Amino acid sequence: MSILDKKSKLAFSDPLMANNPISLQVLGICSALAVTVQVQTALVMTLAVIAVLAISNTVISLLRNHIPNKVRIIVQLSVIASLVIIIDQVLKAYMYDMSRALSVFIGLIITNCIVMGRAEAFAMQNDPKSSFLDGVGNGLGYGGILISVAVFRELFGSGSIYGIQLIPNVFYSNGYENMGLMVLAPGAFIILGLIVWLHRIMAGIESD
Amino acid sequence: MSVEHYVSLFTKAVFIDNMILAYFLGMCSFLAISKKIDTSIGLGFAVVFVLTVTAPLNWIVHHFLLEQGALAWAGFPNADLSFLNFIIFIAVIATAVQLVEMALDKFSPTLYNNLGIFLPLIAVNCSILGGSMFMVERKYLFTESIVYGFGSGVGFLLAIAAMAAIRHRPRYSNVPKELRGVGITMLLTGLLSMAFMAFSGIDL
Repeated sequence: MSILDKKSKLAFSDPLMANNPISLQVLGICSALAVTVQVQTALVMTLAVIAVLAISNTVISLLRNHIPNKVRIIVQLSVIASLVIIIDQVLKAYMYDMSRALSVFIGLIITNCIVMGRAEAFAMQNDPKSSFLDGVGNGLGYGGILISVAVFRELFGSGSIYGIQLIPNVFYSNGYENMGLMVLAPGAFIILGLIVWLHRIMAGIESD
Repeated sequence: MSVEHYVSLFTKAVFIDNMILAYFLGMCSFLAISKKIDTSIGLGFAVVFVLTVTAPLNWIVHHFLLEQGALAWAGFPNADLSFLNFIIFIAVIATAVQLVEMALDKFSPTLYNNLGIFLPLIAVNCSILGGSMFMVERKYLFTESIVYGFGSGVGFLLAIAAMAAIRHRPRYSNVPKELRGVGITMLLTGLLSMAFMAFSGIDL
């Protein structure tokens, strides 16, 4: 593609695998796990994070030459908080049930380390176009992990994916049971731990 | 409200609704800081302190400025500013952290030296903002918000101190290379969280 130069392409694709925000940089786990009981909530959360990340990166990158260095954190925080408020209001207006299900976790995108981290580390130094792509890329990298955790938790915990029953009733009548642990908090920790392990083997990264 | 009610609320905040192990809030600093027991206890106390201060502060702000009908005393009975919750809460938290830091520096230099480096860090800790938001969602009263803030802080302290102690063990074990660091910590947290599930259902 000629519209994307090499740098922008790298900004987009790097966070998907090689530099994934959750499994390799360990950012933004706070809000990642609580919404992964079902694929649907995880999907909405992913879309919300992608939107906030992409827009905040673009806005901060546009403002980067006008923000005084001393107050940059508060400027970044207010940009991010305003975006999150907009998303929260949109969800309340058009997807009220979903907004109830996500409860406080949409609001907690504000303190999600990925958003602040990318604003500080990337958008403050780079042009709006690659900042936008970096935001989308990081959002997708975050969402990829979120949705894979959710797929496992919903499949083993409720026998369905995206609300569609996948485990046939024959299994249940022959003694198959849903795994209650997956719906509870420990299931999320264990699945995420295993996914991080798998991802690091695939990426060939060893840590201390 | 009876004393038992507050004791029950406190136990619930510490064990059953534990910030980290049941709601995954504050995971970032939990994973980053829990390598050493000393520092993790320092961070834990800073969180207890800040949560106990910010939960009631945000209760006041929410109740007298932002809630629907809260501005009736100023002559705007129909105003509903609750959509501003997020941005105001984060501002209150950042300010409170700054003030606490200055006050500590002035009045208790020893405590400041111990907690000082953690205070700026926890202004953007999910569990602080999460505490204020749960308080609004569950419609706590003013006194309840103090007990809830303190209880969740103690829960965080307990979880992070336990984790730091547990993380000493795998150092002497042959953990697969790729699983070291975050991976094994997540698995351990899963086991710790499972242990805490045993508390659920306790009702004082």
